[in-house]
Amino acid sequence: MKNVFACIDGSRAAEAVCDAAAWASQRVDRQLVLLHVLDKSVYPTKTDMSGNLKLGTREHLLDELAELDAKRSKLALEAGKEQLKAAVERVKAQGIENPETRQRHGHFVETLAELQEETRILVLGRQGEDHDNPEEIGGNLESVIRSLSCRILITPPGFSQPEKVLLAYDGSTTAKKVLYIMARSPLCKGLPFHLLLVGEETEKNQQLLQEAKQEMEQEGHKDVVTAIRSGEVESALLGYREENDLGLIIMGAYGHSRIRQFLVGSTTTNLLRKSPVPILLMRQ
Amino acid sequence: MIQSIKQNWFSNVRGDLLAGIVVALALIPEAIAFSIIAGVDPKVGLYASFCMAVVIAFTGGRPGMISAATGAMALLMVTLVREHGLEYLLAATVLTGILQIVAGYLKLGSLMRFVSRSVVTGFVNALAILIFMAQLPELTNVTWHVYAMTLAGLGIIYLFPYVPMIGKLLPSPLVCIVALTAVAMIWGIDIRTVGDMGELPDTLPIFLWPDVPLNLETLMIILPYSLMLMVVGLLESMMTATIVDDLTDTKSDKNRECKGQGIANTVVGFFGGMAGCAMIGQSIINIKSGGRTRLSSLAAGVFLLLLVVFLADWLTIIPMAALVAVMIMVSIGTFSWGSIINLKKHPLSTNIVMVTTVVVVVATHNLAIGVFVGVLLAAMFFANKVGHYMRVSKSINAEGTVRTYKVAGQVFFASSSQFMESFDFKEVVDKVVIDLTSAHFWDITAVESLDRVIIKLRREGAEVELVGLNEASETLVDRFGVHDDPREVEKLMGGH
Repeated sequence: MKNVFACIDGSRAAEAVCDAAAWASQRVDRQLVLLHVLDKSVYPTKTDMSGNLKLGTREHLLDELAELDAKRSKLALEAGKEQLKAAVERVKAQGIENPETRQRHGHFVETLAELQEETRILVLGRQGEDHDNPEEIGGNLESVIRSLSCRILITPPGFSQPEKVLLAYDGSTTAKKVLYIMARSPLCKGLPFHLLLVGEETEKNQQLLQEAKQEMEQEGHKDVVTAIRSGEVESALLGYREENDLGLIIMGAYGHSRIRQFLVGSTTTNLLRKSPVPILLMRQ
Repeated sequence: MIQSIKQNWFSNVRGDLLAGIVVALALIPEAIAFSIIAGVDPKVGLYASFCMAVVIAFTGGRPGMISAATGAMALLMVTLVREHGLEYLLAATVLTGILQIVAGYLKLGSLMRFVSRSVVTGFVNALAILIFMAQLPELTNVTWHVYAMTLAGLGIIYLFPYVPMIGKLLPSPLVCIVALTAVAMIWGIDIRTVGDMGELPDTLPIFLWPDVPLNLETLMIILPYSLMLMVVGLLESMMTATIVDDLTDTKSDKNRECKGQGIANTVVGFFGGMAGCAMIGQSIINIKSGGRTRLSSLAAGVFLLLLVVFLADWLTIIPMAALVAVMIMVSIGTFSWGSIINLKKHPLSTNIVMVTTVVVVVATHNLAIGVFVGVLLAAMFFANKVGHYMRVSKSINAEGTVRTYKVAGQVFFASSSQFMESFDFKEVVDKVVIDLTSAHFWDITAVESLDRVIIKLRREGAEVELVGLNEASETLVDRFGVHDDPREVEKLMGGH
């Protein structure tokens, strides 16, 4: 049984993550797991430049480092427990009966990769506790998106349940898969869908959208709206979202090759930075 | 990938750069000293240390570990250099690298699991003793000045860190070298200096094909040395990687480290350096100084090169006494003093393995032989111990006609003779039941013993029944057993 995982830390985003995860786990009717990762690589290292080796330096150094880590781990562990406790209360208030909590040692991204097998949806805040500038996206987020192939729901600070949903559709294989899954997923069942294609107003594009709409309707979705906008993908998406007051953006992630993405920057990354509403990334 | 580059290189920039400086400063005296041990110019060790540290930063499997010219390797090269010269050493270094790359692809790093803790301790202690012994020529037949300076040097190294404020900011071995050099210059004391020991680098290392004839004869000369160097290099590297793993509480890729060591040594050979490997002492200094990622090793290499090329004139006037003091510190730091206290606590067999490893290494000056003997001894002790986990209990039925032997435990080469002795072949019974439900047959020796037991019992006229061959034993017996085939019986019992 795959679960909904919510990544909890001490940041402001944690509350939004709780809300989003509670919503998602209720929609898809799966166990909600609140996850806190103790990442040792964020601890600062201690420096002693004396450069000499005394009797038993190796043993002493090991004891010293272990003790230092032990203290930090204990503090981080306690803090994490508190954060998880607060998170449990928050999701319980929203009707989740028995949320599971989990604490893991390890590198953040690697830990998530290990849990991937049992993950149905991963819920993340846009930035973790190390960031203050709301314009930035967290340093780990991009690598999480890159290394995981599960569905990832990224929420900005302050989550409100979506009433209407925007699905970015371009007729590509990725987009078709996204459409196929979303048409059958209980996550957004019953919510009005807006299928937006960013490109020229051509017959071919119209037809693509019509086919997509039919597929959605066959699976019992009502109120499926289609639209075509020209211009830059990111501004067109965000502009259309604002006009129609849509509460969630669904899209396939990181289509470009890594090198190209490194040079020109990616639509996904920009969207993540600018979107005022949660984004559901699908890497199927 | 971008994430891992960030993690492996730039997650601890300040600590890594500072540690790189400390390590580079500590590498200079060691590289010079190890060159002297090997019998080559100091520049050979310095080039090796620079190339090793830089290449391994990219190719190694253990971020934060320092590799350079080492004492363990230098000790193996002595005869090669003495009898054939430097060019053959360079060729042997390249071959060592190639062998290590092959070992990496064959995943020989996993063989490290056969090297027990006591062998590792013995290796470390023997290495410390050898490094110390290598300093003795500098301390014999010399004036009292040398003794005084060495003692003063050790005093500075161990006491300087207690000086408030600057004590933890300046590496004390560096302070020792600078102070002793200054003293020797000011008072004009006439003692041996590094400049007397051979050539120091004056240029950047350049790519050179080792000047040896490429034929079978050359290969036969260098191959034995390369094999030894490969084994010792990988052994010390794997051990150091484990130590760094423990210290930093992170994992390393041992097979990648094997290949990385190989690539580094190949490069080193072509750039005029001697074969090297990971250094226990330097890696500990690196971690202690705050180094954690690949950047620390790269920084150490680059700083070392800069220091050596620009300070070469100053390096020549360093008195050997200062170097000896630093190397005594290295040997004291390398020795596992805890192991001496543990001699009382640990079982005798463990102690014998450790002490034998040390004795063999010190006697042969060859760490590879010492480790080989240690591993063999440890395996024998283990086999002997496990051999005791075998018991045969007897019972007989009321009429005295059916004898039952119940075998429990491990039956293999070490316990098979004891297994056979447990049966009474002279007893007259109608039937013998051998219950093997809780026994394990590990090898052909065990299977053969069982066959002989059965055949002997049958010869005495008893009917033999085997019960409860558990699955593990059954597969072995089926594959090796002969007791069902009458023709094989005579073959096995032919000599009786």
